[in-house]
Amino acid sequence: MRVEQFLSNSAARYPGKIALVEGQRRCSYRDLDEQVTRFAEVLRARGMQRGDRVVICTENSVETVVAIFGTLRAGGVFSPVNPTTKADKLAFIIGNCRAEVLVTQTRLLDQARDAVAQSPSIRTCIIVDGEAPADLPGAVGLESAAGETPPALPSFDPGIDIDLAMLIYTSGSTGFPKGVMMTHRNIVHAATSISTYLRNTPDDIILSVLPMSFDYGLYQVLMTIKLGMTLIVEKAFVFPQVVLNKLIQEKVTGLPLVPTIAAILLQLQILKPGMFPNLRYITNTAAALPPAHIQRLQELFPTTLIFSMYGLTECKRCTYLEPEQLAAHPSSVGKAIPNSEAWVVNEQGQPCKPGDVGELVIRGGHVMQGYWENQEATDRVLKPGRYPWEKVLYTGDLFRTDQEGYLYFVGRKDDIIKSRGEKVAPKEVENVLYMLEGIREAAVIGVPDPILGMAIKAVVVLADGSAIDAQQVIRHCAGHLEDFMVPKTVEFRSELPKTSTGKIRRSEVQSEALRLTQQ
Amino acid sequence: MAESIEPAIRQFIAQNFMYREGIQSLRDNQSLLEQGLIDSTGVLELVFYLEKTFAITVGDDEVIPENLDSVQQISSYLRRKLTPASQVCVA
Repeated sequence: MRVEQFLSNSAARYPGKIALVEGQRRCSYRDLDEQVTRFAEVLRARGMQRGDRVVICTENSVETVVAIFGTLRAGGVFSPVNPTTKADKLAFIIGNCRAEVLVTQTRLLDQARDAVAQSPSIRTCIIVDGEAPADLPGAVGLESAAGETPPALPSFDPGIDIDLAMLIYTSGSTGFPKGVMMTHRNIVHAATSISTYLRNTPDDIILSVLPMSFDYGLYQVLMTIKLGMTLIVEKAFVFPQVVLNKLIQEKVTGLPLVPTIAAILLQLQILKPGMFPNLRYITNTAAALPPAHIQRLQELFPTTLIFSMYGLTECKRCTYLEPEQLAAHPSSVGKAIPNSEAWVVNEQGQPCKPGDVGELVIRGGHVMQGYWENQEATDRVLKPGRYPWEKVLYTGDLFRTDQEGYLYFVGRKDDIIKSRGEKVAPKEVENVLYMLEGIREAAVIGVPDPILGMAIKAVVVLADGSAIDAQQVIRHCAGHLEDFMVPKTVEFRSELPKTSTGKIRRSEVQSEALRLTQQ
Repeated sequence: MAESIEPAIRQFIAQNFMYREGIQSLRDNQSLLEQGLIDSTGVLELVFYLEKTFAITVGDDEVIPENLDSVQQISSYLRRKLTPASQVCVA
């Protein structure tokens, strides 16, 4: 099965059923299917070939869903990118995968213009919510393009299930993101496994505030359409009261969270047990929920199943804890998701005894095919498995098991910081800091924060005679980085600890900061 | 005091949420949400700033777009919270 068949199947089965709700707009499966067909025609009319990459850099909306499925229906590969991504990084991603199409929106035209100017591969730019500006070559507004009479196109085969479906870029320690390659088969495997353990049925109504450019948010869309559920689409979690009202009004049954959102919800005075009788389940992943928050959530949502989960972009999801086990194992992330395996290995690659810390390894049909055109990085994480034709994924995360086989996240092997549930590579932020004239040295670290998990902090040494202040540093970063990567605080020092070869010892700055917060 | 509300709000928003455009390009009635200028942690910072600067308490049910989504709405909300009727007369 290919992913776009999720939609054709559900449209055949439930044509009048509401698939997506966005504000006042209610879009049925039939409507969605028609819009997707038109989007695919727009792409094909503009020369789309099987396997062409389409970068989608838009806020959560019906149009984003249309672009994803339209790309697949036209035989393409979609690459969802966070809409707060600035021009340089957007251009990097486009260039890295030589994307020919960029899908954007009116509000982001400045970014799009700058990125396209740096991206010779882009032939077509589709504006989902307005008209194309005259100064953006190859640009077309979606509505006008969809309104054109489609040219007679030869019949077309979009491909088969082992074809590449999606490229999702993930931050890495090197400071440059890597494109995780997922085939249709990978996605079907992951979506089936997850919706099985979540006990999803077509009657589920999910409310998602998570970005569709993040696989956690993306799969809310994919699983909804696969099962014929309904998805309430929110652009972000900005006004908690609005979200809570919607939970009640729309009789939402499923609410995916990250710890930052849970922390904000739990601060609200108005939350009382029993306010959401229809809420069948809440999920958490991307970072650990503090046990105190898990307990508070259980008190406030007594009839709601709480799923603690863990995963990484390279395989979508690895583990989940059955809600009935939460009370007995509150800090565990559970066991391998259905039809997959997860185990902990030592330095020699041998399985660890319960209690010993080692690296988590994942095996299953959801494991990525590799990083796009980056064999070296791929070879570092995908290793031979049980059979000659397969690869297993070394997660780079440290875990231990208990006597019953429940898994516990211990820490990361690398220096990636998780803030608001998103990955932040210190090197990526440091690279941006060095672009600011006046900064001589920089070390980016994480500092514990009750809402963010970890807050990003820039520790900098100014060049002689430089007089920049924290506000300027933060503004500079905001101009080049996604929102969640921008330092919350800046500390100025006269020097940073170094190795004998003059390399900045970021880990020392980091551990010192952690020690200080523990005092 | 009343005259200085809008400038203070615009200054706060420009300093904390706007990296690209200048203060001048944000219209008083422009939605911060639609402009992508504010997110969940931004709202928390805004509420903290309002409580600290204007000595008010913002209730959970008052953290809604109608009160906080534009310079105009924030200013109107503040004026409602600060009207003499809500202040205790000090003898």
